[in-house]
Amino acid sequence: MKRPPSSAVPGSLEAPVSWVATRLGDAVAWGRKYSIFQYPFVTACCGMEFMSAAAGHHDQDRFGAAFPRFSPRQADMLIVVGTINHKIAPVLKRIYDQMCEPKWVVAFGTCATTGGFYDNYATVQGIDTILPVDVSIAGCPPPPESVFDAIIKLQEKIQKEGWEAVQSLRRHPSIGRTVPPRLRPAEWRRW
Amino acid sequence: MAPVVDQGSAGPLFQELKGKFARDIRAGWQEPPIEVIVIAKNSVARVARHLRDVLGFDALMDLTVVDYLGYPGGKKPARFEAVWYLQSFGSGRRVRLKAAVPDTDPVVPSLTPLFASANWLEREAWDMFGVGFKGHPGLKRILMYEEFSGHPLRKDYPLKEQQPRVEQIHPGVPPFGARPKALGGE
Amino acid sequence: MPEAEKTTMHVNMGPAHPAMHGTIHIGLELEGERVRGSEVEIGYLHRAFEKTVENRTWNQAIPYTDRLNYVSPVINNVGYALAVEKMMGIEVPERGVWIRMALCELSRVTDHLTCNGAMAMELGALTVFVWFIKAREILYGLLEEATGARLTVSWARIGGVTGDLTEKFLAGLPEAIKMTRQTVAEGNKLLVNNRIFIDRTRGIGALTRDEVVSHAITGPLGRASGLNYDVRRDLPYLAYDQVKFEVPLGVNGDVYDRFMVRVNEIEQSLRIIEQCLEKLPAGPVSADDQRVTLPAKTQVYTEMDPLIHHFKLLMPGHGIRPPAGEVYQAVEGANGELGFYIVSGGTDRPWRVRVRPPCFFPMSALSKMIEGGLVADVVPAFGSINMIAGELDR
Repeated sequence: MKRPPSSAVPGSLEAPVSWVATRLGDAVAWGRKYSIFQYPFVTACCGMEFMSAAAGHHDQDRFGAAFPRFSPRQADMLIVVGTINHKIAPVLKRIYDQMCEPKWVVAFGTCATTGGFYDNYATVQGIDTILPVDVSIAGCPPPPESVFDAIIKLQEKIQKEGWEAVQSLRRHPSIGRTVPPRLRPAEWRRW
Repeated sequence: MAPVVDQGSAGPLFQELKGKFARDIRAGWQEPPIEVIVIAKNSVARVARHLRDVLGFDALMDLTVVDYLGYPGGKKPARFEAVWYLQSFGSGRRVRLKAAVPDTDPVVPSLTPLFASANWLEREAWDMFGVGFKGHPGLKRILMYEEFSGHPLRKDYPLKEQQPRVEQIHPGVPPFGARPKALGGE
Repeated sequence: MPEAEKTTMHVNMGPAHPAMHGTIHIGLELEGERVRGSEVEIGYLHRAFEKTVENRTWNQAIPYTDRLNYVSPVINNVGYALAVEKMMGIEVPERGVWIRMALCELSRVTDHLTCNGAMAMELGALTVFVWFIKAREILYGLLEEATGARLTVSWARIGGVTGDLTEKFLAGLPEAIKMTRQTVAEGNKLLVNNRIFIDRTRGIGALTRDEVVSHAITGPLGRASGLNYDVRRDLPYLAYDQVKFEVPLGVNGDVYDRFMVRVNEIEQSLRIIEQCLEKLPAGPVSADDQRVTLPAKTQVYTEMDPLIHHFKLLMPGHGIRPPAGEVYQAVEGANGELGFYIVSGGTDRPWRVRVRPPCFFPMSALSKMIEGGLVADVVPAFGSINMIAGELDR
């Protein structure tokens, strides 16, 4: 998500507003990227490597992505682990639809990314044919180091989406008021 | 070490069953430690009942179907062949029953009254090959989804013909080696 | 019966459920917390193994066999290779046999560790899971040293294996065995006499010996119900008749017995690996058979005949061609008798490869195990089956 170009004229009111909004966006993105709640949609062999990445030896808690939340309402990252076939594809789509914004999708493993070497009547040839995917992890199964590489890349992507994060706050008026056009200096310093 | 398959003489079980069931038992040979017996398809329930009650073969270990359409290794009596693998845990004997199943009448008696494992095994054979099992309490698909049409393990079902259920937001990569559209491909 | 008179409620467990290992759908008819009826639906990981393998050459099928029971991949590889070797009459040399056996048992240990750890986690004992996964990591490191991959090894070939064991592997193995024993002992201290664990697993999901035989359930579940059958002892393959090991048996056939049978099997497998280390003979690891084994690379690059031989083994249309016929080979998978029924048409591709999946049969008995129990008992009962969807749905 690119930030809209700033048409702020120095000295006008827009410049401090967009500066604050950008910093707010960065702060919200920082919070989001270090507290990822995954929904592990585990089907196959990659699940074993997912377990390895989550357990003590290679620890994904270091990245803030420890707790799997087995309810789509409480999760923000749908991590599709393993082969998806046509029988389970509607279930996956439904889980994705049930998740709230902002949400990201990670395709873990070659089968989720492209269908792997299961080029046959039963297998979906990559979940990007049915869902928008943010990060794909290659490997059959990928070693836990690749998983962490993907988490870090996703965190960088989330950080860059900062502006969109603020906009999403604005879409939900129940979450607090929109950023006021003028902030008093005392409030600035709280950041 | 692993013995070579011996397709020579028939074993003792063949003689015994031949004595009882005469015309239903067609051929037999040994593949140590298994004895293979070819039977008529409609006699499998009788033969299996005799094997279970009298000879102590208490488990149906496996049931499958083989599709011989276009088989290069010799002439086969019919398109399908149903294969049952029974085992006796008491005596350690094993027997493989085979029966030719023609395409025109792909129905075989069900072994569900005799063995509890037959239920799901027969559902899978139906799902993958379309071979029916007369007397099965609920013959429906087990590995594929209900909307799937066709029986995938048959030789005339193409390997890559997909029947997707979710609308594709963008189609996948074209198959490897496909000619791009601009150069005259599909 | 009309909706208003029905006393039960239909609740779906799965297919997206943390305790369902991702791919099982159990439709439960619940009356309060009691399960009055259930319908188990599988097939959510059907990847068309059997049809895909009909379109690959005999050796190209081996990576697909890895992904059957993906927690113990070596056993699947070796089972398939043994079946084809039986059909062709190939004898693998002694050293190849013994190292195949050692890695099969190592794979069995990783499978049982994962099963017991996952089952403990689903009952709330997360610590035991983390410890067992730590032990499994060290074994994966060893597997990577020996085969090149942690999980999906594709190690066996028709006629032998890809390569010999390295010095690093042989040096690291005794330490790993000691560490595994220690980890299992620590896990036992937490669970075996734990009142909560016993209450949640004793008497749950029990199957009698007759039910187990009628459902053709073998492996740890069969043995937990008293069925004294182990393919390694009763139909010996590889060199199992030359090693001493016991076959643990249970009494009640409930979840607790299955857990304990697996714990004891880990110990027996470790004993087999130790005996393999002692008795490992020297020599080549792959059969010196023109029909299947690739010639040495030094020869391929320098001499004409090995080059042609190499070409003929790998090009499509040529390659390994077992004679037309059929064969059945059973091995003891981690869940029971894993059988490969292979039909060959005399070409370089298999005509039909049927896998007898050992966890298919306990899954067909799952309804019987959970009916009459509580909803909370579905989780340990299902976890004790060690359902591996790659094998169940193929």
